[in-house]
Amino acid sequence: MSRRPFDPRLLRRVPAARGDLAVLALLGVLAAGLIVAQATALASVLATAIDGRLDRPALAGFVVTVAARSALVWAQGTISARVAATVKATLRADLLGAVGRHGPGWVAGQRAGEIATLAGRGLDALDAYFTGYLPQLVLSVTVPLAVLARVVFADWSSAVIIALTLPLIPVFGALLGWQAQAATERQWRRLALLGGHFLDMVAGLPTLRAFGRARAQTDVVRRMADGHRVATMKTLRIAFLSALVLELVATLSVALVAVPVGIRLLGGGLALQTALLVLLLTPEAYLPLRAAGSRFHASMEGLTALDEALTLSAAPATPRAAEGAATPDARAEIRFEAVTVAYERTTALRDVTLTIRPGERIAIIGPSGAGKSTLLGLLLGFVAPTSGRITVDGVDFATVDTDAWRRQLAWVPQRAHLFAASLADNIRLGAADTPADVLAAAVHDAALDDVVAGLPDGLDTVLGERGHGLSSGQRQRVALARAFLRAAPVVLLDEPTARLDTAAEAVVLDATRRLVAGRTAVLVAHRPALLADADRILRVEDGRVTELTPEPTGKVTR
Amino acid sequence: MSGQREPAATTGPASTGRVAAERAVLRLARPYLGRLVGAGLLAAATEFVGLALMATATWLLMSAAGQPPLDRLTVAIVAVRALAISRGVFRYTERLAGHDAVLRMITDVRARVFATLAARRGATHRSGDVLSRLVSDVEAVQDLLLRVLVPASAAAVVGVLAVAVAALISVPAAGALTVGLLVAGVALPALATAVTRRSAAEVAPLRGALATDAIDLTHGAADLAAFGATEGALRAAEQRAHRLARLERRLAATGFAVDAAGVLTAGATAAAVVLAALAADVSGVLVGVLAVGALAAVEVTLALVTAARQWTQLRPGLTRVADLLDAEPPTAPPATGRTDLAGPHELRFVDVTVRYRAGAAPALDGVSLDLPAGRRIAVVGPSGAGKSTLAAVLTGTVRPASGRVTLDGHDLSAYAEEALPRAVGGLLAEAYVFHATVRENLLLGRPAAGEEELIAATAAAGLLDWVQAQPAGWDTVVGEEGGQLSGGQRQRLALARALLAAPAVLVLDEPTEGLDPTAADAVLASALAFTPAGHSVLLITHRLSGLAELDEIVVLDGGRVIQRGRHAELVAAPGWYRDQWLLQTAAERGYLALAP
Repeated sequence: MSRRPFDPRLLRRVPAARGDLAVLALLGVLAAGLIVAQATALASVLATAIDGRLDRPALAGFVVTVAARSALVWAQGTISARVAATVKATLRADLLGAVGRHGPGWVAGQRAGEIATLAGRGLDALDAYFTGYLPQLVLSVTVPLAVLARVVFADWSSAVIIALTLPLIPVFGALLGWQAQAATERQWRRLALLGGHFLDMVAGLPTLRAFGRARAQTDVVRRMADGHRVATMKTLRIAFLSALVLELVATLSVALVAVPVGIRLLGGGLALQTALLVLLLTPEAYLPLRAAGSRFHASMEGLTALDEALTLSAAPATPRAAEGAATPDARAEIRFEAVTVAYERTTALRDVTLTIRPGERIAIIGPSGAGKSTLLGLLLGFVAPTSGRITVDGVDFATVDTDAWRRQLAWVPQRAHLFAASLADNIRLGAADTPADVLAAAVHDAALDDVVAGLPDGLDTVLGERGHGLSSGQRQRVALARAFLRAAPVVLLDEPTARLDTAAEAVVLDATRRLVAGRTAVLVAHRPALLADADRILRVEDGRVTELTPEPTGKVTR
Repeated sequence: MSGQREPAATTGPASTGRVAAERAVLRLARPYLGRLVGAGLLAAATEFVGLALMATATWLLMSAAGQPPLDRLTVAIVAVRALAISRGVFRYTERLAGHDAVLRMITDVRARVFATLAARRGATHRSGDVLSRLVSDVEAVQDLLLRVLVPASAAAVVGVLAVAVAALISVPAAGALTVGLLVAGVALPALATAVTRRSAAEVAPLRGALATDAIDLTHGAADLAAFGATEGALRAAEQRAHRLARLERRLAATGFAVDAAGVLTAGATAAAVVLAALAADVSGVLVGVLAVGALAAVEVTLALVTAARQWTQLRPGLTRVADLLDAEPPTAPPATGRTDLAGPHELRFVDVTVRYRAGAAPALDGVSLDLPAGRRIAVVGPSGAGKSTLAAVLTGTVRPASGRVTLDGHDLSAYAEEALPRAVGGLLAEAYVFHATVRENLLLGRPAAGEEELIAATAAAGLLDWVQAQPAGWDTVVGEEGGQLSGGQRQRLALARALLAAPAVLVLDEPTEGLDPTAADAVLASALAFTPAGHSVLLITHRLSGLAELDEIVVLDGGRVIQRGRHAELVAAPGWYRDQWLLQTAAERGYLALAP
């Protein structure tokens, strides 16, 4: 996989970093100049010292250039770290902003995990790229040029040799494959990580133990790890060999320059100061190219993260209703007119036509994967119909202000996400300034009182990541409390009692009954207890919706 | 360079002493000490040759300026050539030797870590995060040696050598060099350690919070959108990202000050050496050699700064590895106990209660079961009812708080841990498929099994057709964590392995998970038919289909047995079993039963 060392999209997408990147380039030029100046001063000091004299101005010049280089190293590091920090913060905001812009339909599934990892720790890999590789990349251009420029003036024949041999580094680098080296190093990392199936074995320990093989397997772990050591050393021998060749190319190039210089010096055809300058400067010309090449692989992880972040956050947003769009009253008729929802691989709903009248309690049943959740997703505005339309009070849903519409909905998902915040904040999601008595009422309605009483800080208890610390039944009641607090005319429930044990189910069912009373309710349900309260029952199967008429006893047929 | 890597999770080091973890690692390294020292010496040689090359080349040029006869320079010319070539060769051999030594040692560490984990009785489930952290912790051991100890010792050796050679030429110059090397090799690394540690402590909580924000905004996207809370959460996360950026910028300024000081030290040392040498009337040529040599020596020693930073970042991982190996010596005596496991067995649960935490509701509450040889029972119930706890008790992973689980009248814990699975075991929750061939995965069940037995067990699990359709047949490698297999095939493979193991008490925990209803029914029937008549079966399932032939069905809810009897009896009586049976058949057939 080849990747360019610098992604030009960065300049466009993170304008705040442009200035710093320009400064970084300037510092690269300055650094090259200082390397030349330092060598010049040192050559002068040493050329005078041969007679036992001290060239004070030259020594002072040397110390000043060293001090300036030191300041430059600091500035380069600080600014590149600043670029890294700015880029990371911007990309994080962009990525998470993209999630907000595209809505939950876009982020569902595997992408959620990817983005969470990327926006969380993934982007931190950029530190190595910006502070390690990028400054080196700049130097690999500026330093050889500066050295050449200086040597041309001091001794043009040496400059010619440098100019002719310098391209050997990238040429050999490409031939031997910095890429290949990067790949082998990566491969080595991966091998090391798998470490002779070490991870595999550790992950499978419970299974090994279940067959009484855990201890016996220790020898296998050792044998496999040892086999991998042998294989790894084989690849490393080649990877290191390419580094050796590059080093020899550089060394021989320096020798090509140094030998004629020495001979001319011996013959009196060259001043000592010039000879020393050439000797001190020539290795500097080859160094940054090799360093940039060898650091490239270390920055690959960062470049990959950068590419992913730029691509993901640039995905075009689904068009949304314009500002000032209609906000129909949810206490009106909701109609589905020949709605079809097709995903990439499957069709979730086919040609669905139905009417939800205000105040109706509609239960939806059907096998899993039949399209029940998609039905709720449409009402929530998470999913848009592929064809057909939905109207509320006669207004096409596509033209409705989604935010205003959602304010009239309360939703209890199958598995509510709880946030790493206080329990109170989790309940008053989207309504942070809810008065305490309203909050308390919602807690009571959702039968959360005993849960709150059992927590160390009551409502102010801060939950762990993803609501860690609460049982599934308790989580579901928190979701119900959210819905109660919302006091919305329409409630949507997605199997609120799935995965609960009988005792927890009873409590949640009670609360659910209180919630749907007097509202328009659409509930996806399996349990008979929930169905008993429904006015209508719809069966979704294979994307098609059939109306079932509940009968007081006996089986319901088509 | 502060915060170049994410700080590892900060756990308080349980090891006593400041460098206990490092000492533990070095203890592990003892068998490979010779190789490691060799690598260190080669690294030192590489650096020293580099230094000598610059010094000799300088001597050569400055001597040449006096236009002496060529033969006086011959030795130096040859030396420069030899040094130039040997530097590359030294570096090459050093890297190979170092990696070889460390990889040998890591093989050892892995085996020991594995042995320690394997020796743990009743280890609980580990999340993927913990696992991958364990692997990267072991890698920290490798990095400690390769990136910290080897370069650091090489730098120290070169520093000492450089001072010694300088002292031969001029003692005052050697004094100046010593000061410079101490700054570069001791003071600055110490400073770098302190700065890295401090910034890690400051950055880690913010990074953690930001990671949580990212999880909340992505996994909770639907909840946020539905409740109109996306904007607020986004703003909060953005603010945190910018706060982190501000902190990182501030910390970088101090972090890179150390690097800047390093450059300054190198230059100042060279200048001081020149002044000292000139004052001591050292010959001009040697002044040049000293100056260039000092510059190179300080630069070599500055590698210690990088090593110190690495070391600081590796410490938490090293500590965890050391704690793991310390806490439970892998030389623990192999579990002893009864191994008389031949013949038919009777397994009994007598009033078993399990509590995961004191004061918490019991996961199993007074459960009694009787499983004489040949009896087949099913344990069913809603999730969280205690089914998986029951399986864990059976395999000895969880010990009951009260009550007894006995095999032929002896407590389960009286049996040798390694021997028990031959009598009681089978397909347990989270059965793992190894990154190995189908055959190897199967043979784990019974290492001595022959081809015919493999075929029979695989056929009973309904996987034989698939295996025979593969070009590599039994030697088909299934990917990482069984990735090349579909969920259903993976389940069948795990089931085949359990059937091959054929313990006298076969436990099947959700054997048809991930299979579609028709396939599930067929596989369950063939698995039960495959089990020899004298063997008993304990089937744990949430599916109630195909249980009609079983001798008893036990319904668990909230850890208690709420119903028990044969399928026909349970379906006839009102209760959880009948409700669930009707619901499941309805859902699977696509019909709905509103009421019985």
